[in-house]
Amino acid sequence: MTAQPAIELRGITKTFGHVVANDNVNLEVNRGEILSILGENGSGKTTLMNMISGIYFPDHGSIFIDGQEVVIRSPKDAYRYRIGMVHQHFKLVDVFSAAENIALGLEDGEKFNLKKCAQRAQAISEQYGFEIDLGKKIYEMSVSEKQTVEIIKVLYRGADILILDEPTAVLTPQETQKLFAVLRRMRDDGKAIIIITHKLHEVLSLSDRVSVLCKGKYVGTVKTSETNENQLTEMMVGKKVTLNIGRSEPKDPQDRLVIKGLNCFNRAGVQILHDVSFSARSGEILGIAGIAGSGQRELLEAIAGLQHPASGEILYHNPKTGAIDNLRNKTPLQIRELGVRLSFVPEDRLGMGLVGNMDIVDNMMLRSYRKGKTAFLSRKQPKDLAESIIRQLEVVTPNASTPVRQLSGGNVQKVLVGREISSSPTVLMAAYPVRGLDINSSYIIYNLLNQQKERGVAVIFVGEDLDVLLELCDRILVIGSGYITGIVDARTTTKEEIGLLMTKAVSHETKGSEKGETDEKQ
Amino acid sequence: MKNNKATAHEPLFHIAKRDAVVWWKAWLIRLLALLAALIFAGVVTFFLTKENPLQIYATMFDGALGTARRRWSLGQNLAMLLCISLAVTPAFKMRFWNIGAEGQVLAGGLATTACMILLGDKLPSSVLLLVMVVTSILAGAIWALIPAFFKAHWNTNETLFTLMMNYIIMQLVSFFAYIWSVPKGSGQIGVINRSTQAGWLPKIGGQSYLLNIIIVAILTILMYIYLKYSKHGYEISVVGESENTARYIGINVKKVILRTLFLSGAVCGVAGLLLVAGTDHTITRDTAGGRGFTAILVSWLAKFNPLFMVVTSFLIVFLQKGATQISTKFGLNDSFSDIITGIIIFFIIGSEFFIQYTLKFRSFKKEANA
Repeated sequence: MTAQPAIELRGITKTFGHVVANDNVNLEVNRGEILSILGENGSGKTTLMNMISGIYFPDHGSIFIDGQEVVIRSPKDAYRYRIGMVHQHFKLVDVFSAAENIALGLEDGEKFNLKKCAQRAQAISEQYGFEIDLGKKIYEMSVSEKQTVEIIKVLYRGADILILDEPTAVLTPQETQKLFAVLRRMRDDGKAIIIITHKLHEVLSLSDRVSVLCKGKYVGTVKTSETNENQLTEMMVGKKVTLNIGRSEPKDPQDRLVIKGLNCFNRAGVQILHDVSFSARSGEILGIAGIAGSGQRELLEAIAGLQHPASGEILYHNPKTGAIDNLRNKTPLQIRELGVRLSFVPEDRLGMGLVGNMDIVDNMMLRSYRKGKTAFLSRKQPKDLAESIIRQLEVVTPNASTPVRQLSGGNVQKVLVGREISSSPTVLMAAYPVRGLDINSSYIIYNLLNQQKERGVAVIFVGEDLDVLLELCDRILVIGSGYITGIVDARTTTKEEIGLLMTKAVSHETKGSEKGETDEKQ
Repeated sequence: MKNNKATAHEPLFHIAKRDAVVWWKAWLIRLLALLAALIFAGVVTFFLTKENPLQIYATMFDGALGTARRRWSLGQNLAMLLCISLAVTPAFKMRFWNIGAEGQVLAGGLATTACMILLGDKLPSSVLLLVMVVTSILAGAIWALIPAFFKAHWNTNETLFTLMMNYIIMQLVSFFAYIWSVPKGSGQIGVINRSTQAGWLPKIGGQSYLLNIIIVAILTILMYIYLKYSKHGYEISVVGESENTARYIGINVKKVILRTLFLSGAVCGVAGLLLVAGTDHTITRDTAGGRGFTAILVSWLAKFNPLFMVVTSFLIVFLQKGATQISTKFGLNDSFSDIITGIIIFFIIGSEFFIQYTLKFRSFKKEANA
């Protein structure tokens, strides 16, 4: 079985309704090789992998394992062919320990013996150099530890074809390096590894070959050693793009939003924000960097009036009246009634910013439906707004009365950002506004943020891609475990510095809990 | 891995999601489902009873629409079912699973009864009617507001809560039926104010059911406008779709929950008033007759659109009336009509699956190659 590819796909096609998710895709992976699957969001990468792991069934095409045609009807079949997939969203039971999760649902005909399972898992873990405590409960684990558990789980089931769906999306640069080292060790052990990603530099540093998908179509496969970022981008997008974000000098920045000593607890009584202080200035983009779930969401929601901080001040400097208002513990409605023009593009677009089942017009109305004294709605203005946003931001939609759920991720975001900008805000907060967007849509959003900045809006941008944060923002605030670990100048700092600040919080927190939080942040 | 090969072949068919289906196609699928249901029910009938299925369907029509009296009765039943369906709809649109309509109707009916018995000979009839309207609406609304209050403040489970409220009001009805029973101790109220007719809703054009039908027709249109064109209706939709979005745009979710359930219960109270003062002129535990639950089906089938609910409640009432007639005419057990109704509703609900999904069969061409 030397020349045979471990897994080969021929002519795989999958449609959902009229959407062709995969169109005649061919792919092969050899043993002892890492293959990257590169493509923009919505290009069909995950769909393709889901067919290999038995979640979807292809409409056409065939799959070969070691040269033999196979039919994979369910995840169980996939395991039988030694295929294991690590999903983007972990599928673990929170209250179980790592070892219990690994043993869960395994049918090997043997009597259940957790000790033996744990030993075998430990052996696997040591073989590939994972750092993990298998007795630890999942809910006590960091994202990167959970991911490790998922990987050990599929290895434990004997997988030698491994699929990882965007494994680095939730990791810090340092954790990513660790993961890559493990993956390389597995490759050297003769496993076939497929990694889905849309981050170019990862592709180049990790994989042996790259297969590119574009809009569901298979574009081609190239050797990593013989390609570069520009060529890959071109393959991915289908045309040449320039990857530059403009950045102008802030004009006359003035404090618009001043946060002082904000402390915030979640429902379970866990402190999410610790003594957070910073200021957002007009005509400036303030970036917020941090590992996902470090308190970014709570911070923005507290400013927007959706969280109730335990203490601290959120001071808004009104540019018109010069008045200073404290927004803490005001409802979103009260904030608006104060004349604060605060726009917020939340992380959860369809679950918070928009209503998926409503059409574009009704979604425009969310902010403005209260206007007018009558008890009835007026859909005239929202309709005009919807149509102008569709025109100006090139939203791809059949018409303005299409439910937003049916739009693609990028178009959903254009609708949301368009609505939030339309109220001519003085503060614009955007949480992960380009997550899941293709390159073109991302640049449209960056441009919109830049335009707002030039109009003198104080823009707060929570991002995950450090490269983008460095290019787009004026200052970057780094948050870790709810502490602010640093505010740096985006023009002079480096990715490594931010990466270090992101992880600094973790040690800070453990130190803090030991010493009773005596040490002050810098 | 070789031995797997025999077992692992492509499944006979797999399920794939459809695009949004054009409206006429969706209705064609529903119509086909109805036809299939009728054929299937016919076959079942034939094998169980050896009666001619066509005759059975003819009997069904006859039972529902055969005489003027039956048509009026159908109209009355349709109006009452529709009224209660209208009542549950705003709550359902808000994803508040109010399965306590049965109890809210009884609460309204009990309030009406109390007014008729206690105030029947004390107040002039116009004032009495006004008092009855207000108290029945308030009673229904309060019965819905209690679970809504707990839901809004402590996020209790509204399904269980509203269900249990049904049992409480049923016992209350039994209790008062005993207190007010005629003759004393029989546990039955009998026709209230038979001689004076105090508190009876007026007849229009000599038809005792016409007023109910007109009131419900007006309610249907009002509810349609309320849900679709009013700011309140918009807030209900937003809260129902996503509470987070509602909070994000500054809707007071608690207030909307309470306001909507007040409305839901109030319309149930009206239904209770119409049932007690309009048609029955008495109250028992069965006055609502399970309509509080059937209304859930009507509302869902119509996708919460009050105008479609006219169609769906007609369908349900028609089936009930027709099936009852079959049982009587052919001397069949009562359960037989339930079987037929069940089959038809099963097919209609099942058709929604085929509107959402399509089956893709294994291609036999490929099979030949293998």
